[in-house]
Amino acid sequence: MYKGLAIIFGFYFLGEVTVELGNLPIPGNVLGMIFLVSALGGGLIDLKDVEREAEFFVDNMSIMFIPPGVGVMLYFGLLRDELIPIIGALALSFVITIVFTGKIVEALR
Amino acid sequence: MNVLGIFLTISIYFIFDRLYQVKKKFYLNPVMLSITSIIILLYISDIGYGIYMESARILSFLLGPAVVSLAIPLYKKREVVIEYSTHISSGVVLGGLIAISSAFLIAQLFGGSESLLLSISPKSVTTPIAIGVSERIGGIPSLTAILVIITGIMGNAIGVPILNLCGIKDRVARGLAMGVTSHGLGTARIIQEDKLSGAVSGLGMALNGVFTSLILYYLIQLLISI
Repeated sequence: MYKGLAIIFGFYFLGEVTVELGNLPIPGNVLGMIFLVSALGGGLIDLKDVEREAEFFVDNMSIMFIPPGVGVMLYFGLLRDELIPIIGALALSFVITIVFTGKIVEALR
Repeated sequence: MNVLGIFLTISIYFIFDRLYQVKKKFYLNPVMLSITSIIILLYISDIGYGIYMESARILSFLLGPAVVSLAIPLYKKREVVIEYSTHISSGVVLGGLIAISSAFLIAQLFGGSESLLLSISPKSVTTPIAIGVSERIGGIPSLTAILVIITGIMGNAIGVPILNLCGIKDRVARGLAMGVTSHGLGTARIIQEDKLSGAVSGLGMALNGVFTSLILYYLIQLLISI
């Protein structure tokens, strides 16, 4: 178990350090994920060593969205003032994206 | 030692997750119901946001390692990525660009503030990644989280009827459209229709998360300048 956690937090740390040093406008955890995929693909890390721990995090991710979501209570004023652009953009962008993505990929098949 | 926030989050989520397991309806989304209940609870009691967050933030910290762990399902499906590489890459790149630009430009057209434009741009990306990206580009991460979850619920509720209405029948196209547009909640719905669509949807979601993270800052600079 500690080997898997050390790998996950090791790549997380590597991602964060790279973002910090390079002053990059991307999240460190995403970069850590890219590094980990590359290390798995390059044979530097064995899938067996990290699979169980990673799947635990992935399978239980939903609950982690709750505290950031609750934070929206600090922005009720913004939500009220900008209800029209929010609803408009969410609904229209949703329809545009799903239809165009589907049509584009189907045209390629 | 204050553990109220984390206890509340876990116990309320436990209840709504059980409910969802019994009755899998999109309007019973356990994350959305938990967020709403906790906000109401904090309002009617005198617990307060600060006291709640003091321990609840431990859960959001875990999003870091959770995002890194997304490498594993991605790596395990590498054969599907290779087999459908042209479709997946074009679907993710074009779909990702459309999702961001349409959200940004439509919100701008309706008079949205800069905070809203930055927070709404990553709304099609999987929640854990969207929260990080929003923070990185100067948006409001908690607003982004809510907008992302609403987008996911929309995909779960009306994604399949829209695809049917538009006559999109190809399994790979349907999967990519769902995953790129409405991330995990869209994937959970399309996987019930077809296994290949579900697999491609999950990949579309993960890769769109990576693609959007890499380009969002630069694309926003471009959209602001026009």
